[in-house]
Amino acid sequence: MSRLPITKTPKVYVGGAFIRSESSRVYPIATAAGGFFANIPQCTRKDVRNAVEASAKAGPGWAKRTAYNRGQILYRLGEMLEARAAEMTEALLVGAAASPRRRAAAGAEVGATIDRLIHYAGWADKYEQLLGNVNPVAAPYFNFTVTEPMGVVGVLAPETPALLGLVSLVAPAIVSGNTVVALASGKFPYPAILLGEMLATSDLPGGVVNLLTGFRKEIVPTFATHTHLRAVVGVADAGERRTLQLGAAASVKRTRLRHSDERIDWNSDGAQGLEAIRDTLEFKTTWHPIGA
Amino acid sequence: MAILTANSPTRPARSRGRPAPELIFGNLWPFDPAPETADPKLRTEYGLFINGKFVAPRTGRYFPTINPANEQKLADIALAGAADVDAAFRAARRAQETTWGRLPGRERAKYLFRIARLLQDRAREFAVAETMDGGKPIKESRDFDIPMAAAHFFYHAGWADKLEYVAPGRRIAPLGVVGQVIPWNFPLLMCAWKLAPALAMGNCVVLKPAETTSITALKLAEIIQDADLPPGVVNFVTGAGEVGAAVMKHSIPAKVAFTGSTEVGKIIMRSLAGSDKKMTMELGGKAANIIFDDAPIDQAVEGVINGIFFNQGHVCCAGSRLLVHEPVAERILAKLKARMKVLRVGDPLDKNTDVGAINSKEQLGKITALVKSGVAEGAQMFQSGCALPAKGYYFLPTIFSGVSMSHRVAREEIFGPVLSILTFRTLEEAVEKANNTAYGLSAGVWTDKGSRILKMATELKAGVVWANTYNKFDPASPFGGYKESGFGREGGRQGLLDYCRLV
Repeated sequence: MSRLPITKTPKVYVGGAFIRSESSRVYPIATAAGGFFANIPQCTRKDVRNAVEASAKAGPGWAKRTAYNRGQILYRLGEMLEARAAEMTEALLVGAAASPRRRAAAGAEVGATIDRLIHYAGWADKYEQLLGNVNPVAAPYFNFTVTEPMGVVGVLAPETPALLGLVSLVAPAIVSGNTVVALASGKFPYPAILLGEMLATSDLPGGVVNLLTGFRKEIVPTFATHTHLRAVVGVADAGERRTLQLGAAASVKRTRLRHSDERIDWNSDGAQGLEAIRDTLEFKTTWHPIGA
Repeated sequence: MAILTANSPTRPARSRGRPAPELIFGNLWPFDPAPETADPKLRTEYGLFINGKFVAPRTGRYFPTINPANEQKLADIALAGAADVDAAFRAARRAQETTWGRLPGRERAKYLFRIARLLQDRAREFAVAETMDGGKPIKESRDFDIPMAAAHFFYHAGWADKLEYVAPGRRIAPLGVVGQVIPWNFPLLMCAWKLAPALAMGNCVVLKPAETTSITALKLAEIIQDADLPPGVVNFVTGAGEVGAAVMKHSIPAKVAFTGSTEVGKIIMRSLAGSDKKMTMELGGKAANIIFDDAPIDQAVEGVINGIFFNQGHVCCAGSRLLVHEPVAERILAKLKARMKVLRVGDPLDKNTDVGAINSKEQLGKITALVKSGVAEGAQMFQSGCALPAKGYYFLPTIFSGVSMSHRVAREEIFGPVLSILTFRTLEEAVEKANNTAYGLSAGVWTDKGSRILKMATELKAGVVWANTYNKFDPASPFGGYKESGFGREGGRQGLLDYCRLV
């Protein structure tokens, strides 16, 4: 008699813990063959608020870590993903019919995601040298501009590529010391569930990355109006962009939104780099007299 | 050197507790008037500046601009309508597509260098015009506003042919046409802050000056003509809020830049939600100026005075909340009062004037109302006893002590010569109080300890931190806020990033 396997209950990773939605609501997702796979938490605006609170708590400590340390933790996340690459590839196939081509694409996406993490791991102690500088003011002052993280950043991941899109948005935000509340792909949420397990084992302090699953139309309005989210980055359709920017006005929140109907080549080198890091940074300029 | 410290233990016991001796200036030796007499060369009527020419507004309407120091009319200014704004944007787009956008950077640079030089040539004339139109003391317009405006053009001119160094690893291109709206506190300087980076990066501009202070922008238009800029590269439309709204909401500009109140900034952000327009917002502030007990006290007092009374306090980054370390609070308050007594409030054109006229009757009303609330909420008010001119809009330099964080004078931007004083015991409390505001434009910190300065500079959530100095500006130094003080930077390499797109 064959053994009945244990199935996993998907939980979202918030504040360093694995939780269900406070609402206890779930929605089912299907296996590649079309059968029942699991119930995914359908997070609510209350879950967003809880995640923002966890994120805000983690923020100061994370920003105070040395750049070297943040770089190593991102690298460690790459290591965790590499070790479980096969499992993540399967996770990407949950919810859609599997074909050899899709399987190959999923494998390539996992590889590209690991490479992206390594790319940003290397940026941790370098972006400041390119973005900040000493300013030659016309008076006897030492004047310099440095960057600082904005704080808690909301991330709206694209529907696809569910993993590469999410990581391409989260990594440049956290590398500089921001903390993140991210909404994963609604159609393909399972990779984000698995990513949470890897985040938990990569030395990343709890609360630095909080991953929510659920329906965009329920979550986006709270992303728009929550005043502790200092920026929202990601991919949004026209209606969502309007909602987000209307809400952003109330607290002068920064929005960096790309169009969901735009063809974004997430695999390209253009989808990563210094500018993505700059999107969630503030510039601070300090003056001090030069004298005895 | 050690024996010269203020806390020297050798101080005789009998003098303790007595107020420090002070020089009595009062009215014993009044200053003779020392008016600046250079000719501001004003016209009686200014049209709109569209496509390189001064033109009559299609509305056919004009509004007066007055001198707030004596309430006399200086000139009539054209009131732009929607059709005028549209014409200005079309001219800007034409210029961007046919001339300015196609010029090599080195040629654009030369035009901007020309503007800087021509402005320096006519600096005194511009300073007098600025003071008459806005009410600021002549020594500030002469020594700060006008030279700094010229410096902004000179600095940014040099960037025009070096765009490949602005964003490492990426190529950049101009945005196209930009719409800009500026406030009345530094009329020409804000105009330069907005125009210079936009033009250097290859954009063309439609700019609206504030309705109470349009004159120096329109005088700059004369310089733009003299510099032979291609028509349409810079266009000025004048009028009040509805003209500004028309500039912000027009379909042509790829980007809008606004400097003004947080309240209006939010309205603009709402009106542009979902539009994909790029924005720069330089909004209000409620800066904390923090003095620790080891600070160089006399310099700090001077810095506080400059921080709040510079330009009558009409400064978005004014140090309007003073946080004093408890051990030195009394001493600082006494010194501030002594210093305030010798501030000369009056005729802005007088070279001895320290504090000029409030920009408008409306602003005077706002300041008066907030000061009333401070008294009503129980803070102790002190005002300098200077005699004010009979006509014009003036407000006495005012400080409130015994202020708590919940008082309106500690929370709201007053935009006038009003300082609120709070105290703190520990560094953590100072940081908490300083950051406990929706704003985050600037902050000041005074201490002799280097490591504490760096700690405070890191902890304060503000875009500009002045350590052992205050209200310093430079074209090479990026300026702009955190939080509800806006986003984007003006000045420096970082400021250029807001006027280009990556390709």
